[in-house]
Amino acid sequence: MGREFLEGNEAIARGAMKARCDFFAGYPITPASSILHYMLELVPAIGGTAIQAEDEIASIGFCIGAAMAGRKAMTATSGPGISLYSENIGLAQIGETPLVIVNVQRQGPATGSATKGAEGDIQFTRWVTSGGLPVIALSPATVGEAYELTYRAFNLAEQYRSPVFVLTSKEIGVTRESVDLDAIELPPLVERKRVGDDEEYLPHRFDRPADVPAMSDFGGAHIARYTTSTHDQAAYLTAKPAVIQEMIDHYTAKIDAVADDIALVKRDFQESAETLIISYGITSRSAAVAVREARARGARVSSLVLQTLWPVPQRAILAALDGIRRVIVPEMNMGQYRLEIERLAPTGVAVIGVNKMNTTLISPAEIQRTGGLL
Amino acid sequence: MSTTGAPATPCASYMTDKLGPLPFCPGCGHHVVAKALDQALVKLQLDPHKVVIVTDIGCIGLSDRYFTTNAFHGLHGRAVTYACGLKLARPELTVIALMGDGGCGIGGTHVLNVARRNIGITLIVANNFNYGMTGGQHSVTTPSAGITSTTPWGNVEGPMDLCGTTIAAGAAWVARCTMFDKDLADVMAQALAQPGFALLDVWELCTAYYAPRNRMKKKELDDLLASDGLRLGVLADTPRPEYSARYRAAYETGRAASKRRPAIEVQHGNSVPRQTGIIIAGSAGQKIRSTAALFAQAGMFSGLEATQKDDYPITVMTGHSLAELIFSRQRIDYTAIEAPDYLLVISEDGLISSHDRLQRLPDTCTVYAEQSLDLPVTKARVVRCPIAQAAAQAGRRSVAVIAVAAMLQDTGLFPLDAFARAISTFQEANIAEANLKALKAGAALVSDRLSAD
Repeated sequence: MGREFLEGNEAIARGAMKARCDFFAGYPITPASSILHYMLELVPAIGGTAIQAEDEIASIGFCIGAAMAGRKAMTATSGPGISLYSENIGLAQIGETPLVIVNVQRQGPATGSATKGAEGDIQFTRWVTSGGLPVIALSPATVGEAYELTYRAFNLAEQYRSPVFVLTSKEIGVTRESVDLDAIELPPLVERKRVGDDEEYLPHRFDRPADVPAMSDFGGAHIARYTTSTHDQAAYLTAKPAVIQEMIDHYTAKIDAVADDIALVKRDFQESAETLIISYGITSRSAAVAVREARARGARVSSLVLQTLWPVPQRAILAALDGIRRVIVPEMNMGQYRLEIERLAPTGVAVIGVNKMNTTLISPAEIQRTGGLL
Repeated sequence: MSTTGAPATPCASYMTDKLGPLPFCPGCGHHVVAKALDQALVKLQLDPHKVVIVTDIGCIGLSDRYFTTNAFHGLHGRAVTYACGLKLARPELTVIALMGDGGCGIGGTHVLNVARRNIGITLIVANNFNYGMTGGQHSVTTPSAGITSTTPWGNVEGPMDLCGTTIAAGAAWVARCTMFDKDLADVMAQALAQPGFALLDVWELCTAYYAPRNRMKKKELDDLLASDGLRLGVLADTPRPEYSARYRAAYETGRAASKRRPAIEVQHGNSVPRQTGIIIAGSAGQKIRSTAALFAQAGMFSGLEATQKDDYPITVMTGHSLAELIFSRQRIDYTAIEAPDYLLVISEDGLISSHDRLQRLPDTCTVYAEQSLDLPVTKARVVRCPIAQAAAQAGRRSVAVIAVAAMLQDTGLFPLDAFARAISTFQEANIAEANLKALKAGAALVSDRLSAD
């Protein structure tokens, strides 16, 4: 395709199509609406279905139904819509449904500023629904990464039978950039494991907790079962504490056990640096400038950019913290991911938040000033 | 019923006794509804692999596991949404949503919308006028004066007529039965056989709560119907094309119409020394955003990286429209413009929205302003141009092209030919033609001014 001038929302739609997404349902919301528009144009063209639902609850409900019938499904919204998705996200967890959920974050809480950016849904994504089970969330920083990480989100959703979030923001979603999507290297496409037609089928079969059960599409060779209620491997209601715990351990282990394997981070380390900036999303681009400017003045500073936010890329963070005395965590919220860094940082390491939530980007100068790099 | 194959051997029952008897209270109407559904399936001899029973929360939601078909038990009130997702994904499936009257309250919007869209699922409502699972609270169908745990002195709310409501929403097929009707299974089979959306409202007794509290038996149920002036039987039978078929037909047409955007190859050089920020400030309707995108793509034709951010009121046809562009030979990281290198002020709205910024501009900035505008004091270099006057001749919708062309002519950031190339490449021929003329007019504004100086 070559070089194009695209907004992040279009890149998300293109990434989804590259991953052969064939079902989309969404409800209009600024600044995510254009994903709905792009998908309405792209999905039917490959024989799939894209539909504007009556609300966000129906959007994700349609997607869960379609995903269990074998479709690769995606929905997209902004913070207010995620609130309405919440209960169904729990359903996708307990039912082990592959599903990609895009959150084009905007300034909240509540209606907030519809057309203004923020990255205020970071811990909300982690604790989005009742029960507190782990989620997978990827956070792009550029239009190109919006394409790549959406594609990867489908792979993760299929591989781990899990809802996977693409956490972008107004600042990426509706900002246009020059980009060549074809030049972005992508891993091979992953499709869900399916039970052979002649094999016996249990909807949630696993031997070890971290195993991901093979699926069978509704309408396929097996009689399929799915339930929102606490159930056993056969998807039959259960009240047996031992079985219930076994299932919860399974949902937890299949994500947590692979946290380090699926961790996507970008490292820019400097020899003997004692200061590290840990950033993600649009703010990581301000961090990149801050690092360049600080180094130009002779400061020694390293940078770790997180593309995977959940599960926490713990090993990568701990390795980056080696020899570090000060960590700067700039975020367009009041310090949400800093909690994770504080949890991991060894005693004696100062963790400094650079936080702003006034709808404007955190500037490279603000990072350097608050972070003590000036 | 869709084009589903019959099972290999005739099915005598679609229920299993493997899990024991149905879990409902003695005398509960849910026994009758579940058995009638089994009989309806037997009558139609559908392949159980091609049937999905989607149940809602509520006592009736306990029934799906007693069937040998596919089963999907979802959140309260949302059964219709999963049923629609399954049906849209696989139109060949027979998808049955089994809900209570409670689910029709919390999920009312889905009931209205599936009826309106005519997605080919069957919705069976086991309507017993209260929430049996949570202690007999009142629901949207609790009759006036009905006693429930939340209407201890009699219901002061009016009941919703599910059939009338879905008919008003456009439901193609609607019927009402009671649990005592001898032909319940036949009517249910009729509902399942509909190609479009079908609603079957089954009035029944909740023997744990509603029936004893309101002394309701068969006679009282019949009396209730009569007193509300409601009829039994098929109440609507107005077939129209099912959603999936209409969707495919509509999008077949759309598919032919969509086309791909051409890629941008570097064709020109540039003289952009470092990251350069440009703000175009105008009004809604002045094509600020689309012109900015053409400008950015012209930069890409000239070997530059570009970003564009827009700002405009949520009511898009009024007020200001601002576009922020950054050009650079390198990757652009920070996308905010703190002090622009160039500011184009095209209209009064643009001036108002950039008034404060104008006062803060450093002397390194150049402002290109429509000459009639009253600019505040600024350190920036100001180039006044008769942009509006030129637009009056070249076309009002080309005003932003005129301004950009003037600025390009003055700065020489990259050739006007690159801008012309972007216009010709990305715009419809008739619009491109007008804009290419405007481009020449804009460039002339600066050449004329320079020659006048």
